[in-house]
Amino acid sequence: MDFLNIAGGCCGTTPEHIEHIAKIASTITPREIPVIEPYLRISGLEAVTLRPESNFMNVGERTNVTGSKKFLRLIKEEQYEEALSVAREQTEGGAQAIDINMDEGMLDAHYAMTTYLNYIASEPDIAKLPIMIDSSKFPVIESGLKCTQGKSIVNSISMKEGEKEFLRQARVIRRYGAAVIVMAFDEKGQADTLNRRIEICERAYRLLTEEVGFPPQDIIFDPNIFPVATGMDEHRRNAIDFFEATKWIKKNLPYAKVSGGVSNVSFSFRGNDVVREAIHSAFLYHGVKAGMDMGIVNPSQLQVYDDIPKDLLIAVEDVLLDRNDDATEKLIAIAESLKGQVNVKEEKDEAWRREPVEKRLTHALVKGVTDYIEADLEEARTKYEKTLHIIEGPLMDGMNVVGDLFGAGKMFLPQVVKSARVMKKGVAYLTPYLEAEKAEGKSKAGKVLLATVKGDVHDIGKNIVGIVLACNNYDIVDLGVMVPAEKILEAARRENVDVIGLSGLITPSLDEMVHVAKELQREGFNLPLMIGGATTSKVHTAVKIEQNYSSPVIHVNDASKSVTVVSNLLSIANREQFVKNNSEENSRLREYHINARAKADVLSLENAQQNKFKIDWETAEIVAPNLLGTKVFIDYPIAEIAKYIDWTPFFISWEMKGSYPKILKDPIRGEEAQKLFNDAQAMLKQIINEKWITANAVVGIFPATAIGDDIEVLDHDATKTIAKFHTLRQQSRKADGFANVALADFIRPKAHVLTEQKSSHKNFSVATAPETDFIGAFALTTGIGMEKWIEKFEKEHDDYSSIMLKALADRLAEAFAELMHAKVRRELWGYAGDENLTSEELIKEKYKGIRPAPGYPAQPDHTEKITIWKLLEVEKNTGMTLTESLAMYPTSSVSGLYFANPDSHYFGLGKIAKDQVNSYSQRKGLAIEEVERWLGSVIL
Amino acid sequence: MNHPWSIKAELKKRILIIDGAMGTMIQRYKLEEDDFRGTRFADFSHLLKGNNDLLSITRPDIIEEIHLQYLKAGADIIETNTFSAQRISMADYNLEEISYELNFESAKIAKAAVAKYAAETGNTKKWVAGAVGPTNRTLTLSPDVNNPQFRAVTFDQVANAYVEQIRGLIDGGVDLILIETIFDTLNAKAALFAVEQVFEEKKVKLPVMISGTITDASGRTLSGQTVEAFLNSVSHIDLLSIGLNCALGAKEMRPYIEELSEKAPFNISAYPNAGLPNQFGEYDETPEHMGHHMSDFLHHGFFKYCRWLLWYYS
Repeated sequence: MDFLNIAGGCCGTTPEHIEHIAKIASTITPREIPVIEPYLRISGLEAVTLRPESNFMNVGERTNVTGSKKFLRLIKEEQYEEALSVAREQTEGGAQAIDINMDEGMLDAHYAMTTYLNYIASEPDIAKLPIMIDSSKFPVIESGLKCTQGKSIVNSISMKEGEKEFLRQARVIRRYGAAVIVMAFDEKGQADTLNRRIEICERAYRLLTEEVGFPPQDIIFDPNIFPVATGMDEHRRNAIDFFEATKWIKKNLPYAKVSGGVSNVSFSFRGNDVVREAIHSAFLYHGVKAGMDMGIVNPSQLQVYDDIPKDLLIAVEDVLLDRNDDATEKLIAIAESLKGQVNVKEEKDEAWRREPVEKRLTHALVKGVTDYIEADLEEARTKYEKTLHIIEGPLMDGMNVVGDLFGAGKMFLPQVVKSARVMKKGVAYLTPYLEAEKAEGKSKAGKVLLATVKGDVHDIGKNIVGIVLACNNYDIVDLGVMVPAEKILEAARRENVDVIGLSGLITPSLDEMVHVAKELQREGFNLPLMIGGATTSKVHTAVKIEQNYSSPVIHVNDASKSVTVVSNLLSIANREQFVKNNSEENSRLREYHINARAKADVLSLENAQQNKFKIDWETAEIVAPNLLGTKVFIDYPIAEIAKYIDWTPFFISWEMKGSYPKILKDPIRGEEAQKLFNDAQAMLKQIINEKWITANAVVGIFPATAIGDDIEVLDHDATKTIAKFHTLRQQSRKADGFANVALADFIRPKAHVLTEQKSSHKNFSVATAPETDFIGAFALTTGIGMEKWIEKFEKEHDDYSSIMLKALADRLAEAFAELMHAKVRRELWGYAGDENLTSEELIKEKYKGIRPAPGYPAQPDHTEKITIWKLLEVEKNTGMTLTESLAMYPTSSVSGLYFANPDSHYFGLGKIAKDQVNSYSQRKGLAIEEVERWLGSVIL
Repeated sequence: MNHPWSIKAELKKRILIIDGAMGTMIQRYKLEEDDFRGTRFADFSHLLKGNNDLLSITRPDIIEEIHLQYLKAGADIIETNTFSAQRISMADYNLEEISYELNFESAKIAKAAVAKYAAETGNTKKWVAGAVGPTNRTLTLSPDVNNPQFRAVTFDQVANAYVEQIRGLIDGGVDLILIETIFDTLNAKAALFAVEQVFEEKKVKLPVMISGTITDASGRTLSGQTVEAFLNSVSHIDLLSIGLNCALGAKEMRPYIEELSEKAPFNISAYPNAGLPNQFGEYDETPEHMGHHMSDFLHHGFFKYCRWLLWYYS
């Protein structure tokens, strides 16, 4: 307990407690006070520390009445709650602090500052950030300081009115515990040359540290950012002087920081956002290099430096760095040519706001606009007698339009999900009124229970089904993920549902679904059962599930079909025929399956082994890896990972099939695909800037040899077996010249090693044992920290963002796997050090070696993950765990093995026969029933 | 006499012990309305039972006795009986006008107890901490859910109330100032503001201790700050110590104390409750300071609101 210096008791404690505590404390050494680094440490509800290695700190600038017309209007009209959205946009756009300025002639700045800060204090998603209190009037700053519980930054003070006033203000700020920005301004005026900047900053620093005792790390200088490209010669060095002053301050004034109002620099290009954003980015790029720590910017309006078109960038940098005499003219010329271009910002057409309220509601639903939904519903409430009538009337009408458009293929899933968000928000808004009116009767078309089964955590598809059904007026009871059978039964009974839908992605979920079906049967349910999810199939449903449940069992393979299925099941007129068709289809599939099985032409395991995939080990080049053992990567930069994203599957997860980037130009889906893509990019930016998720990985490379169909992993000296991977061999008869492959074929066999091995090699180390082969393994995740956001979105009825985040996290996990594999090939193992592939070639897997994952076609057995977990100490190293069904947690994780041999390739196992099950069971030491359970669907 | 700053050297040698609850001990005396009134307030217009701080004037014998019990039990630091002795809290009893006096008298009683103990035992290494509570108003949160920008009190009102309290404590001779049970950091900042103002005015500088309150397992103060954010917000004064008290038991408090211990360049204090409060956020049978002074929030549905807030964003 050496973390205490003073101990005692509070409520409920008495001298008896104290005596006891004193006795214990006398035996313990007190804590020594640690030395804490003098970093700038500020706070809102959460702490922010600016370390030397910290990236540039964005301070949001839009909550400034002098900089944003919209914000000024809202404040003037006393629409403070509305004005909060401006601050919220900044936090969502990646700001790490918020600058608030109320300096406008017509405003009572004291009142506005106090009121707005008090509003912010009630919004934790904004109040989490530190506040920068911005005013040129010191009393207004003081008003602001009286409303902020965190450690704020004052913006700003200066020596404009002399030393005495400067010192007084600094002492007051110190008493409120804030950090301070000092403008390079003195009695003589604002510093506009390098020397004046240095002179003023040095003097201010000395006064603050020596006279006031201001901690130097809490002093932030603003050495004045002035516009460039004004056409005046004396302004040509404006940017350079700022950069030079920054360098000087960082070098000569220990711990002091540098900040600046960035948008000033591009003042000459007002109205030309493309050029302005490019100037801001380039300015920051050079500013940060010079040592600038923070800046007041609009974080959602920053061009990525690398994305600035080359010619524009050169022109901008020529101006900033004053590289030639006609730099300004050239930039103006380029600016002219870019005028009117908009940076992927949609013009808001507000004409629809003048329509009657019903039309507006429909518009909002179809377009997915949530901005006005509450106001419109409030208006509708005055017009309609009962709240229920609003839902049944205009809202349902709007959703019907959405349903029709979707059915006709004129709307796409991402849009429908946005519509659902509007609907959910609307219903949430009306619910209290509904309850007050004690609306009776069942307005819904029916109730559907949805659940991802026990052991499985995947739910994107299930959520989409839920949304699509909800849009069609079905009541959804969503039990979430990892739901055990008894909970499903209990909820089905309690909620009196009409249909049950089960979902799952990994293969063990198939057995869990069978289990749920059996339980439903045992408990005497007669509700229709829908089965869906990536590994489910019509055949599995027909063969394994329907047999166990006497009520209808329907396989639904995509979300849009779910509506037809449910409506048929609940329609008195259609139900009978529909159920009959389904069961006929199922029995046809069963028959086909049985026949196929009878006809299956399968080799014995022994024969299959003789037809193994042959690699000429005499000539095969085996590259000793640079890394032996494991390497852990914690908090890998997401921005790096994002470069490896394969976008095609992203669109597929939104049920928009087509390959990227072609889909963006698709005549029918292109426009929506582009919007979806823009939203994805925006969220990806947030994920990166605000660190929504953490990416961890562990990889390992070890000596290995193949023994039969197994792979022995050896320790560093290749003397002791530390793990064993078991692989499965294709058993169906192959055409001449084609092998029956198992993953073990890609590793040099032990027998071979033995024949080659000389006696002197007895104590060989890896370096001296060229006969030894190697195998790699990996486990990685991009899902850590995601749940918090998912919960937030779900609480806000924002399924669109929730699905978006999950889909992105899944893509990032795959991208991370791709990145790691490249790193392994090129560096850690280094067998392909000279590889130079484009990201497209990577996606097409044009590299040497493979990374098969347990649970996928080459090795369908999920239990191999357990071996990976032990070998790489995955849980300890990355925080990833395995569920009882061996799904990886968090979701958005990937694990697998690395094979380096250039002949190694992906393959599908196909069906295996009983003899291989027996052999596998023996080799693995796993009971036959267990093997059958895990491999169920691949066994004949 | 023991110099206030001698505590710094002593803290390097050993863990110092701060005393336990005052309210729990007062409870043992089973006092009635008349005890609280004494002769001076016999005809006072409002009920005074439950105003524990008032006992420093009406039953100083009891307060001194409790101090002595804690000193004998091994407490190195005893707290004055002034948790609510500023005009904002005293307004509940219409006793705003005796705020200064309460602090002055309470400080005297505690100092007298220390002197008595020293005379009996020869042990002079004891310090009196002037207890400064959070008041019963919060500067960061609105008591009205439908009116989020509303504040029941202003920074200046809180700071001025603290100035008066701290003047009384210093004039009465306390060795240390202890700002405690901070559920809203802005209130604590107002207290620190007042401390510096009075130090400047009286040309003294006493060691200042600060102790926040983490309200539940969310790990945040009632006003929503994390432990580290709280630390950053009050580190502008060279504190003698920072720590946590109240609301949690020792076990629940431990991780937050550990975090402070890593990050704070000050001594670390912890004085937890004897266990957790019951489901109403009150202490069974003992109308302890927290339970009592939080009752105002409870009445306004305030507590519930804040908890919701914390839950939502944790």
